[in-house]
Amino acid sequence: MLDQVSAHEAAPAGQPGPALAVRGLSKRFGDRVAFQDLTFEIGRGEVFGFLGPNGAGKTTTVRTLGTLLTPTSGSATVAGLPLAPENAVEIRRRIAIMPEAPGLYLKLTVVENLECFADLYEVPDPGDRIAAALTAANIADRRHDTCGTLSKGLRQRVALARALLSDPEVLFLDEPTAGLDPVAAREVHELIDGLRKQGVTIFLTTHRLEEAERLCDRVAILNTTLRTIGRPGELRDQLFAKSITVRTLNPLADPGQLFTGLKAVDSWRQAGTTGSYVLAVSDPSIAAPVATRALVAAGADVLSIAESHHSLEDVYLELIAEDPEASRTEA
Amino acid sequence: MSKRRIWAILRKEVREYRRNRSVIYGMAILPLVFAIQPLVAVLRLSTEASGGLAHEHVLLYMLGIPTLVPVFVAAYSVAGERQQGTLEPALTTPVRGDEFLIGKALAALLPSLVIAYLVFAVFVGIVEVKAAPNVAASVMQPMDLLAQLLFTPLLACWTVWVAIAISTRSNDVRVAQQLGVLASLPPVFVTVMIALNVIQPTPELAIGCGALLIVLDVFGWRLVSGLFDRERLISGSH
Repeated sequence: MLDQVSAHEAAPAGQPGPALAVRGLSKRFGDRVAFQDLTFEIGRGEVFGFLGPNGAGKTTTVRTLGTLLTPTSGSATVAGLPLAPENAVEIRRRIAIMPEAPGLYLKLTVVENLECFADLYEVPDPGDRIAAALTAANIADRRHDTCGTLSKGLRQRVALARALLSDPEVLFLDEPTAGLDPVAAREVHELIDGLRKQGVTIFLTTHRLEEAERLCDRVAILNTTLRTIGRPGELRDQLFAKSITVRTLNPLADPGQLFTGLKAVDSWRQAGTTGSYVLAVSDPSIAAPVATRALVAAGADVLSIAESHHSLEDVYLELIAEDPEASRTEA
Repeated sequence: MSKRRIWAILRKEVREYRRNRSVIYGMAILPLVFAIQPLVAVLRLSTEASGGLAHEHVLLYMLGIPTLVPVFVAAYSVAGERQQGTLEPALTTPVRGDEFLIGKALAALLPSLVIAYLVFAVFVGIVEVKAAPNVAASVMQPMDLLAQLLFTPLLACWTVWVAIAISTRSNDVRVAQQLGVLASLPPVFVTVMIALNVIQPTPELAIGCGALLIVLDVFGWRLVSGLFDRERLISGSH
């Protein structure tokens, strides 16, 4: 599955080449492997999800691509620059990282926090940039509040505003909704959605599969090594055969005789509940009417016939759950 | 090196200190300890007792202020940010290690110098006004005044670099501050020995100590610069 490493055809932001290109990148801490042999590309303007269990190496990957850690081997290009110590300052100028913990100066106000970072990025017209970032993060009305008095969700927004100050080419969001309640998480989702519409390239690490499914153009599943990469729909199709689920009022007398040989039905199996059957099919639009007619002809009381849907969570669990390394803790 | 990024760190630090009571109290109490005891002792002396002061260097006690006051702030500078989780966001910006450290060092050094000179000026003023004239004349020895002015920044610089060096290697602020105080005690000890005339102060000794402190300050900067390793600070690995 790792053949699908090329960036999707996202809208370019005026510069050629991918926003991120990673080739065989690995990071070790002594004997411990944080991540190994990562290869992928992210197009400009793409929202790329990076999924994996605790300890899979997601945060370490972000830190490595953000020049905070030195890779053990491999190469990468970040925002058009080779990942090398001599380019570290320039790379950091072109990107922004929002770590999992907001890391705000709690005794300072929202504006004072942003002023500090505007100066660290040497942003021209800092006043205007701060105002724009506060508006983008929907927190302008709290600009003079001390950060220590803000809720966790509001602190995440301030951290997002901070990350937007420098108008980054690539924005790394490390678990941006971790620990947030559903309402706060939804607000962050809306902010990310807004950035995506503006064409910002986003590298999003997350545990929340529905978040990745909703926000990301493509996702990669990591567990020290890259397990798969692609659009959520493609991954579902790759991992799971198409199927329809049949439910009848009473169990069928001879389901084998009924389903075997039907057009577009490859195989069948009993589902968990009585009177429920899953048919593996080559084309649901052909198989469903054929199965319906066969069931009616056999006198079955049909409750429902529906195409089975697999979520990104199914893909994730299929790839990760049986992995012996899945229970390791985050680096 | 970017002056704007250094200023960003310096301004942020000063803003934080101003709103942190423990820092304010810590920076206020120590100077009082170093000023009040000798002040009370000097003010109690009668004119006849001034002869005994000719062999003491009361003003030099106050060199303990620039030696100890910066410890609390400088030892907090890196370890504290690490503990609060604010270090990583700062290090993801284009700020260079040297800029970060200079900003931190200035934020510890400048308030300490202000406090040290201010307390010294108040001490001198009170002695001039309130002490017996002969006592005041014995305390205000020109060489001691000069030593106070010149050694204050040199000693404060040394303390700042030592405390920041400890801070870059420590995960705990209190441990960093305690080690910082310990590391600052040798200069305080030497100063007290000179003030008590156990070590005879001479121009040669002053020049030698000054030169040594300059060398130590340069060495301290190099040491701290070398110890500042983004990867180790972020990952905790060695």
